[in-house]
Amino acid sequence: MKVHEFQAKEILRNGEVETPRGVVCHSLDEVPQALKQLGGSVWVVKAQIHAGGRGKGGGVRVVQSAEDALGAARDILHQPLVTPQTGPEGQIVRKLLIEEGIGIQSEIYAGLVVDRSSQRVVLMISPEGGMEIEEVAAATPEKILKTQIDPEVGLTTEDASAAARFAGVPEPLIEKAARFLQALYRAFWDNDASLAEINPLVVTTSGDVIALDAKMTFDESALFRHPEIVKYRDLDEESPAEIEASDAGLSYISLDGNIGCLVNGAGLAMATMDIIKLYDGEPANFLDIGGGATTEQVVAAFKIMLRNKQVEAVLVNIFGGIMRCDVIAEGLVTALKQIDTNVAVVVRLEGTNVETGRRILAESGLTLTIADDMDDAAAKVVQAARS
Amino acid sequence: MSILINSRTRVLCQGFTGYRASFFAHRAIEYGTKIVGGVVPGRGGQTHLNLPVFNTVKEAREQTNASASVLFVPPQAAKDAVFEAIDAGIELIVCITEGIPILDMLRIKQHLQNTSARLIGPNCPGVITPGQCNIGIMPASIYQQGKIGVVSRSGTLFYEAVAQLCREGLGQSTCIGIGADVVSGMTFVDCLKLYKHDPGTEAVLLIGEIGGAVEEEAAEYLASLNYPKPVVAYIAGRNAPPYLRMGHSGAIIAAGRGGTDKKIEALRDANVTVVNSPVEIGTTVRRAVR
Repeated sequence: MKVHEFQAKEILRNGEVETPRGVVCHSLDEVPQALKQLGGSVWVVKAQIHAGGRGKGGGVRVVQSAEDALGAARDILHQPLVTPQTGPEGQIVRKLLIEEGIGIQSEIYAGLVVDRSSQRVVLMISPEGGMEIEEVAAATPEKILKTQIDPEVGLTTEDASAAARFAGVPEPLIEKAARFLQALYRAFWDNDASLAEINPLVVTTSGDVIALDAKMTFDESALFRHPEIVKYRDLDEESPAEIEASDAGLSYISLDGNIGCLVNGAGLAMATMDIIKLYDGEPANFLDIGGGATTEQVVAAFKIMLRNKQVEAVLVNIFGGIMRCDVIAEGLVTALKQIDTNVAVVVRLEGTNVETGRRILAESGLTLTIADDMDDAAAKVVQAARS
Repeated sequence: MSILINSRTRVLCQGFTGYRASFFAHRAIEYGTKIVGGVVPGRGGQTHLNLPVFNTVKEAREQTNASASVLFVPPQAAKDAVFEAIDAGIELIVCITEGIPILDMLRIKQHLQNTSARLIGPNCPGVITPGQCNIGIMPASIYQQGKIGVVSRSGTLFYEAVAQLCREGLGQSTCIGIGADVVSGMTFVDCLKLYKHDPGTEAVLLIGEIGGAVEEEAAEYLASLNYPKPVVAYIAGRNAPPYLRMGHSGAIIAAGRGGTDKKIEALRDANVTVVNSPVEIGTTVRRAVR
């Protein structure tokens, strides 16, 4: 689960990780009061959306007067912000974070991730703060230090100090920086984060070590033990179809094509997209209704899929295992009778009791195209989408 | 012949009395699997499906001499249940549970080190040696006895591949669903090492997908030695967009890693036959073994 920068910073502050002082504004009216509350004469106005790359899209501005702050806020708030991660239509900015300006001595990259190869949490640190870590990894991998962390021990003072030294923290501040990294690790672990990225982590001109930016994501499987993080969910940042799908226990991702896909199982759903492409078709979505494929799920899935008006044909690809094909076919027929649509539907059923399943579909009175196998199904649905 | 499990494997079921556990344990018993009892804290002394229920895995292992355990426990209880199985000396732990927190899995992985226990899963369909033993939730009727070893990260695509094998007259030695979570137990490499020495396995089929690097690791392993059996692979998700999780928690391309191109290239370099189309899995394996 993603959270906003200001929320990540709230979590970090609770874990005694130092961050700049900031105020969240939902409207322009709140901006002058925020500036007054923060004091000083330099501020940073930051768009709060989940997508990364906000700086590149013009969503982060340093301002030196109240007038400029208001101008920046006006440019950003309630406008779509396009970043390399939002897609061309961008994401509407509904909140701003205004922070005090910080005197920067040096910028560092610090990130905690679950590393799939070592199956450990890894601390990545680099003196190249402010740059995309992927770019650093590609161009100058020697500038990244990776430290694997033993889950039963945590981030040791020794490892944290070595990491701080590698990042170029001045010797008198090593202890402070190591404490920062240890607090960051504890905040990561205690909250079941899957990512915590501080880019940049800065050493300030006054000798402090602070998280200038913060990005955190959380393991959805662990939210049952973190009700306080669940409250941070921002539905404005999710597409309505994806919210509806997750409420129905479906996994749905919208794509650019015109062939809707309804599949039981994520691997088979990806394979279905692959074979449609091999026939020069374009999938309109990824949709996994789970291994069971119940009537309710099929109905919900069709509703979500057909809300996308680009969909011109639908491929239903079901492998019935424990859930027999005849039961699935009954469910499909019930579901399709509830859904009133002109879109061509191609159904491919395979697995236990497949003959009975296909007969139920054929005798249903529905205008379905029944495919013999996955190959046949892909060919038929691509053709249906073209005609 | 087979790997990991056979007709003599004695299996416990943790979370035995739950609805799903009962359903699948009943099917496994009908198939001939030697389920020898179950573990449910607080229900020790009862019987379920005509089998004894124990309070702890340790006690169950002592009384039944089980070597394998299948877990149908809720995700909140999974870490402790897996720890318990490891500590009781269970050799093969098959964790069906979906949605175990990642950090719990990191602790499980740490705990597994320095033990000889093997973990399959979590969030996996299980493992089957056709005609002998079925542990988990796989539809046993679609499998046939034979000589192809199959390892898959996904469930229904796994069944699809097995159905294609059967259509080509190719049965299976042992089929393993390793799951597609971010952190899991046995990998492709672990399975390949076992198939290597199994006289009952003539060829191995790997069903991979986007995310992580278990396919690249398998390629690295296969390239490092003269693997004595043909290996065929299909990697799902060629057309998956980056930064979006495709259903499975581990199926995500991020920061230029986890895409199919590198996996396929690495596997081909290691002499693996990579299938382009998901409908050509069965025919490709048939060509590979003849």
